[in-house]
Amino acid sequence: MSVDRRKFLKIAGLASLGLALNPSDFILMSPAEASSGKSLPSSGERLGMTIDVRKFKNDADYQRIIDACHSIHNVPTLIPEKNDIKNEVKWIWTDTYGHTFPEQINEYHPQDIKSKKFPLLCNHCDHPPCVRVCPTKATFKSKNGIVSQDPHRCIGCRFCMAACPYGSRSFNWVDPRPYIAKRDPSFPTRTMGVVEKCTFCVERLAKGLQPACVEVSKGAMVFGNLADAHSKLRRVLSTHYTLRRKPAVGTMPSVFYVIGGQDYAG
Amino acid sequence: MYNGGKIIAGLVIFFGLLTVPFFINAVKPTSGANPSIDTPVINSLDTKECVKPADYMRIEHMKVLDEWRDEVVRDGDRKTIHVGGKDFQKSLQNGCMECHSNKKQFCDECHKYAGVKPYCWSCHFVKEEGRI
Repeated sequence: MSVDRRKFLKIAGLASLGLALNPSDFILMSPAEASSGKSLPSSGERLGMTIDVRKFKNDADYQRIIDACHSIHNVPTLIPEKNDIKNEVKWIWTDTYGHTFPEQINEYHPQDIKSKKFPLLCNHCDHPPCVRVCPTKATFKSKNGIVSQDPHRCIGCRFCMAACPYGSRSFNWVDPRPYIAKRDPSFPTRTMGVVEKCTFCVERLAKGLQPACVEVSKGAMVFGNLADAHSKLRRVLSTHYTLRRKPAVGTMPSVFYVIGGQDYAG
Repeated sequence: MYNGGKIIAGLVIFFGLLTVPFFINAVKPTSGANPSIDTPVINSLDTKECVKPADYMRIEHMKVLDEWRDEVVRDGDRKTIHVGGKDFQKSLQNGCMECHSNKKQFCDECHKYAGVKPYCWSCHFVKEEGRI
């Protein structure tokens, strides 16, 4: 079938009319949809985590979870002060309140919140922008909600790093191996030219273990199934006021932060 | 043909030089590849049985690894493979290399001979390497 000029213009006109009438297919999520909690799962598996920052008292509390993660995943130690800052590779790191919740600052916050450090990691979003932009499907959404990565497919284009609103992804600008003090033989390293991030310890979950950071957090972090109304995670969420990072971008993180105040239920 | 003799002689010399590597390799004695399965774990096994017969593995091990990789990484299917009374993990580092811990004598031996450079090893490694 050949399409003549007249027919082509008709089709193009109809297509653009359709686009004008229903632009929703081209938008990640409307703000109303993003804030309505519409995608609250009721069945299946949707892994998530709460981080009770009140329970992080000193530097050692943060360092313990970072070390637990980085040591078993062969994450290189490229120190920003010593090495080129862009070379830094991190799965868990910390930042200030202002950088963690930039849309939720006010000048009357308690001083301890303003000066506190917040543990950060991949949010394993419901609507992960990194997955949308990956040209090789190296990063993808698993059935259990984990935003997984297949380094074999990563071509190092760094679209995902540009797309992630949370800075959760690091690129291996240099060969990471010389910067890994002690390699864990049960986990691979990465190679120069691929992106890496937190995996929610998918290899530990397969053995029935908790993620490494949760295990050493002394109860500050709770991991579980968001889709299970009776899970410990949902109990924490239903009894504490929690924040998610950058809600306005509509990514629906599955990492929740218990910020402050008292427990108002047992 | 002008200077026909010279041209033909030149061509003979030229093609002779061009093909000299083939002749050298044709007569050079070579021992071939002799991958070794002499490792403590394999020696301690009662039945020395891999996940598939050796003949199959020799030719298709890369396909096996490729399938395992997709099943584990993409589908989260980590079911172990039960062969000869032993469970094998679908993993290069935690499966294959548990028995074949001698990468140099086992993997590299053939890879070198065949002139292939698989990039598995830019991320995966054997225990000994990790201790360095």
